[in-house]
Amino acid sequence: MAITGEIFRQNLTEFLEESLSPSSELHVLAVDDSLVDRHVIERLLKVSSCKVTVVESGRRALQYLGLDGETGSLGLDVSEFWYLVCGVVLTLVSAKVNLIMTDYSMPGMTGYELLKKIKQESSMFREIPVVIMSSENVLTRIDRCLEEGAEEFLLKPVKLSDVRRLKDFIMKGKVKEVEKKSLKRSTIVCNILTHLTSMRSVTIIALTIILKEC
Amino acid sequence: MDKVHSHRQVAVIKHSLFDQGYLDEQFIQLEELQDDANPNFVEEIVTLYYRDSSRLISNLDHTLERNPLDFNKLDTIMHQFKGSSSSIGAKKVKAECTLFREYCRTRNGEGCRRSFQQMKKEYAILRKKLETYFQMARQAGPKETAFRPK
Repeated sequence: MAITGEIFRQNLTEFLEESLSPSSELHVLAVDDSLVDRHVIERLLKVSSCKVTVVESGRRALQYLGLDGETGSLGLDVSEFWYLVCGVVLTLVSAKVNLIMTDYSMPGMTGYELLKKIKQESSMFREIPVVIMSSENVLTRIDRCLEEGAEEFLLKPVKLSDVRRLKDFIMKGKVKEVEKKSLKRSTIVCNILTHLTSMRSVTIIALTIILKEC
Repeated sequence: MDKVHSHRQVAVIKHSLFDQGYLDEQFIQLEELQDDANPNFVEEIVTLYYRDSSRLISNLDHTLERNPLDFNKLDTIMHQFKGSSSSIGAKKVKAECTLFREYCRTRNGEGCRRSFQQMKKEYAILRKKLETYFQMARQAGPKETAFRPK
């Protein structure tokens, strides 16, 4: 649970920073086991004015998103518990990533398996668009990914024009999402507030900021 | 005038690399990602490629020494190597990789060994050519200075 506490503590800091200076920047999580490709995709995205987080595997991607289901033991101390509460609240009100781009062929967890895991989530994570990248133009593979909910299937090597097109598409969707989310957020936060009793100052600050955003 | 001449030389080398089929469009895509803040991005990626792929090559070497050959493993390693080669625009290297994978598919050990040797040749030739190209490009300096009056 200490690890989860740490992850949520990091999430909280990041979220607070973003809330205080809201950016219209797209945050993309890129997943690729190839070192060269990771560098290239990172550059492609930075040139396209996106915030980038690059990881080397599906496992790491899920860890980053906080979806790896590591619950650990129940040895919580009080501060850990409150960070956990913050984390839950934050998870509910914001997905920290606007787009996931993943390579298809990866050892361990393939891009397809990562896609499935994300789409199986019952939270906002399911709504994050996932794009599959592959060097192989296999029709059955493409179909399978699209059927599972992939936004798009890109043939590698990925071009700047591909990224720009994606970004435009996501940004359009993002504007609509922000309008929808404001209403959703206030409802969720009100529900949580009525259920929580004594709150630590950190939680109060986080929730105040969230309410301000609505 | 020297600067202009150097830049022209660099352009000639680059042109021939494309003409002779060593590089493809992807190399140009990478160059488009360079800017004043990241002027050596392509060279950095190519350096990374040669460093990273050397372990894949020695992996292939070892795997080709086995008897009987594990074609699935060979194909998997080559798939990775081909991917990286494709990402830097290494056209001839990539073509040999494709051939190698075809030999894996048809379980042709001799074909694999032959195309692997050929691939290594192309890989080495390209490395030399790109080293020369990057060196000349660095010496010629950023394009703007070429037209600064004396």
